[in-house]
Amino acid sequence: MRRRGLLGALLSHAVLLAGAVLMAAPFLWMLLTSIRPPEEVFGTVFNLIPTRFAGYENYRVALVESNLPRALLNGAIVCLGILAVQLLFAIPSAYALAKLKFRGREWLFGLVLFGLCVPIQVPALPLYLGLAQAGLLDSFFALMAPFFLTVFGMFLFRQFFRSYPDEVLDAARLDGMGEFEIVWRLAAPAALPAIAAFSIFSIVAHWNDLYWPLIVVTSAERSVPSLAILAFRDSETGGNYGALMAAAAITTAPLIIGFFAARRAFLRGITMTGPR
Amino acid sequence: MNRAKALAGAAFAAPAFALMLALLIGPLLVLLALSVTDYRLGAMAVKLVGLGHYAALFQDEVFQRALRNTFLYVALVLPGAVFGGLGIALLVHARVRTRSFYEVIYFLPVTSTLVAMATVWQFMLHPSLGPVSAVFAALGMAGVDLLNDPSLALGTLAMIGLWQQVGFNMVLFLAGLSAIPRDLYEAAALDGAGGGIDRFLRVTWPLLGPTTMFVTITSTIAAFKVFDTVAVLTKGGPLGSTETLLYVLYLEGFQYFRTGYAAAMTIVLLAFLIILSLLQARVIDRRVHYA
Repeated sequence: MRRRGLLGALLSHAVLLAGAVLMAAPFLWMLLTSIRPPEEVFGTVFNLIPTRFAGYENYRVALVESNLPRALLNGAIVCLGILAVQLLFAIPSAYALAKLKFRGREWLFGLVLFGLCVPIQVPALPLYLGLAQAGLLDSFFALMAPFFLTVFGMFLFRQFFRSYPDEVLDAARLDGMGEFEIVWRLAAPAALPAIAAFSIFSIVAHWNDLYWPLIVVTSAERSVPSLAILAFRDSETGGNYGALMAAAAITTAPLIIGFFAARRAFLRGITMTGPR
Repeated sequence: MNRAKALAGAAFAAPAFALMLALLIGPLLVLLALSVTDYRLGAMAVKLVGLGHYAALFQDEVFQRALRNTFLYVALVLPGAVFGGLGIALLVHARVRTRSFYEVIYFLPVTSTLVAMATVWQFMLHPSLGPVSAVFAALGMAGVDLLNDPSLALGTLAMIGLWQQVGFNMVLFLAGLSAIPRDLYEAAALDGAGGGIDRFLRVTWPLLGPTTMFVTITSTIAAFKVFDTVAVLTKGGPLGSTETLLYVLYLEGFQYFRTGYAAAMTIVLLAFLIILSLLQARVIDRRVHYA
């Protein structure tokens, strides 16, 4: 019995490790190539570990001869801008949906549920036409505006607020607190775990987004990380694989560092759409 | 007090409702209107074409091929994404000390930027410089170009999609597994369910039912919306073998600017997504009854 357990454990480790190697291979290859000198990338002799450390020059090329720094900054601005407006609109409306009776509440909630199955690709065409009409293409506003509405956030926060005890709210009202104060000073702080998970979900989604930036951005000044890495690949330096891999590593690093720093919150945030 | 609450409720909901009109309802109505016109971006005159675009979609070779490619892509990704995710979750769940190590590695592709990792894959699959081709050559299959062979390109994208999706499903299954009460396994053992396979079939599999359904549908929706890897790696080629629904929609709407036609295509896409979401909602409802 004992030996069977040991054998089973060994077997399961073997399968898991083999899978883990496949999952991690692109990351290892990216990091190894990003410190590999060009003569080894294109050379006939293959060493898994580079014989000469060329990380400095590769990362220098990726950062200096590309639009990456600008795009990373833009990406941060866009992600944080979207998140701030999302929270500003979603929290009070979700509180209203959960705790206040008003006319049209069921309608609004029905629209939220409908909105959950509509991805950006659906309203993209009319939104693009509208932004073009207003002369707002290729702007931060164009990059952010379609995502100001987050039916997912509204849905999530509503579920959270529903379990908030009514007695506490009534006591606060008797103490003379207005609804506005209640939302921002009682309900929102209590919903902090949900807000944190949603924030991670939102930032990851928009840092990685390609479809919408591809449509509205035309200038290098408004480039975002996903566009910058494509532009770098298609530019003259794009054949410099060491630098290209360095650029890929830089682009994906903020999220991966965040993941290592707050693993539980990331797992919760990204898989929040799950059934639980 | 109730009037004050109703007033506050309306005041809190109004801004969100305004956003909804501007970003969801309004665009949808415009989309419906556009889909029955021959509007092209910048056109001066607009003519009604009725349901002409919808009829044309069913004749359009490119759209039909994109539809077939998309379904084929889903069919290629789905079994691995669901059963792979389940298998990994079962193995990881049984580990104690190394559990989080495996969790991290398998989840890594989900957190990383797909566009960046797609360029890494492109380099890995490079016919002369990439390690994958070196492996193929060592196996006696030299010269295989996974992204430029029309019969292999879609499958290659599906493998990358699977690589990206499987860790997400693993986490969902792990959550489902931890929700199964331990005493059920003990009860099953008393009932004579001895081996691991027996326990899996009698306890784990039935209790994971709702999770499995949910994972199947979310994976289907995710695979259905494949775009990034197509745009980065193949641009629909070679010979249209990787043209998928969203990629063709992107081309029609934002490269060729056949706005009316793209609008009709978007409505068809939305119809598919609504059907999938309704299925998903039913699964979530069922789960509530079980719990």
